[in-house]
Amino acid sequence: MWRDAALIAGKDLRIEGRSRVALSQVAPFGIVALVLFAFALGPDRQVMAKGAPGLFWVAVLFCTVLAIQRSVSVESSDGASDGLRLSGIDPAGLYLGKAVAVAAQLIVLEALLAAGVVLLYGARIAVPWMIVVSCVLGTIGLAATGTLYGALSSGLRVRETLLPFLLLPIAVPVLLAGTRIWQAAMAGGTPSSGMAWLRLLLVFDVVYLAAGVVLFGPIQETA
Amino acid sequence: MTSDLTAAPVIHPPAVSASNTGVTPPPVQSTRSKTTERVIGVLALVGTAATVWLGLWVTPPDEHQGDLVRLVYIHPGVAWVALYLAFGLAAVSSLLYLWPRTRSLFWDRLAAAAVEVGVVFNVCTLVSGSIWGKPTWGVWWAWDARLTLTAVLLVLFLGYLALRRIPAEPEVRARRSAFVALFAAIDVPLVHFSVNWWNTLHQGATVLNPGLTLKIHGSMAWTLLLGFVALTLVFVWMLLVRYRVGVLEDWLDANELDLALAERQSEGGGPFGGPADDRVGAA
Repeated sequence: MWRDAALIAGKDLRIEGRSRVALSQVAPFGIVALVLFAFALGPDRQVMAKGAPGLFWVAVLFCTVLAIQRSVSVESSDGASDGLRLSGIDPAGLYLGKAVAVAAQLIVLEALLAAGVVLLYGARIAVPWMIVVSCVLGTIGLAATGTLYGALSSGLRVRETLLPFLLLPIAVPVLLAGTRIWQAAMAGGTPSSGMAWLRLLLVFDVVYLAAGVVLFGPIQETA
Repeated sequence: MTSDLTAAPVIHPPAVSASNTGVTPPPVQSTRSKTTERVIGVLALVGTAATVWLGLWVTPPDEHQGDLVRLVYIHPGVAWVALYLAFGLAAVSSLLYLWPRTRSLFWDRLAAAAVEVGVVFNVCTLVSGSIWGKPTWGVWWAWDARLTLTAVLLVLFLGYLALRRIPAEPEVRARRSAFVALFAAIDVPLVHFSVNWWNTLHQGATVLNPGLTLKIHGSMAWTLLLGFVALTLVFVWMLLVRYRVGVLEDWLDANELDLALAERQSEGGGPFGGPADDRVGAA
């Protein structure tokens, strides 16, 4: 399972390294979203700094949808998904590999967006490690659910419109937890409430990763 | 004159005799299930009428809320059906569909019917809640944890229905929908916790102030209970009808083309005949 996962993740990241779709399209889209949020909230930097945590996570959610679409479309042409199933790769490994590749791209993206939030909105971060942990846990959760829904919608012609509709409501706990942890990290005072949210993120990750490892094989058969 | 030919074909299953065309006849409802459906329907109707009568005329107005309190006979009952009964049933039957030993399209149709009826009740919950909220809290919508959870559930329900609308083989659609229902169901406790913390951490006091606790009068308690029973019966009746319609829909999906072909052929009097002369002439 682990070896298969590493193979698949390596393959997806190599494709990204050569095509640069995430870097040249998804990341600039994230920055555009940040700029649009700034226009929507007006030029008052205090308001922007206050809204920064939520805006950061909303931008991440939108980018997740794009990254998942890309991750699915890589397998959709030339019978690639049939090839993967024929190759005898463990479905759980395939699932983990796809999720890891998406997560790796999202982490890079989040670093960019976080820098954008600090520079553009003037957000001050008092407890940086909480930001890092929340991003890692949140990203795992988004990649885990996103890969599941990506596989469920992979065979559908209406995938582009259906995926965000199915995925974004599921990701509500990630958005709420991520935003609250960022607020706690920016305020700096009370990390105890932040810890509760981190635990919630951890539970979310474990639940959906477990669901994906167990159910990815049967899900592939629905495509 | 040719409008008769260009109009969409209207399908009347009984018009084509099944014996000589090879079309599978539509599934017929057994007398027992027909009777059950009717009895439950009548009980639901009587129960609802009684609740309305008791709620609007017999029970007294509340000391603090006046006539607004009468919403209590409807709103919690509707919410109970939408949030617990419908969603719970959909989750359980989706799980039973996925479980190999109990896999049957029965569970898939039951889940679909439960979600569809659940959406109706969910919207009714939000609407009746809003109507109650405006005069008591002063706002149509508050970002209270329970309201937020109800809204998220509605969106999850709607996603499930959107997925079901995509044409597919019944087995493929059933599997796909069951997975989506399952993933939504395991999200519910997580959303529940997160919106609870979100709200309580956000604002000190919740909008649902304890002053709203009702002093339940004897007749009020009975009406409240009757409302729950009546709305549950309405749910069961709608579920039965929707399930039956689901069976018919699947039959039509499988036989639509055969039926249309048989109808065309019967018009011309043979497999290669054109439209019958009298139909063209008559128009």
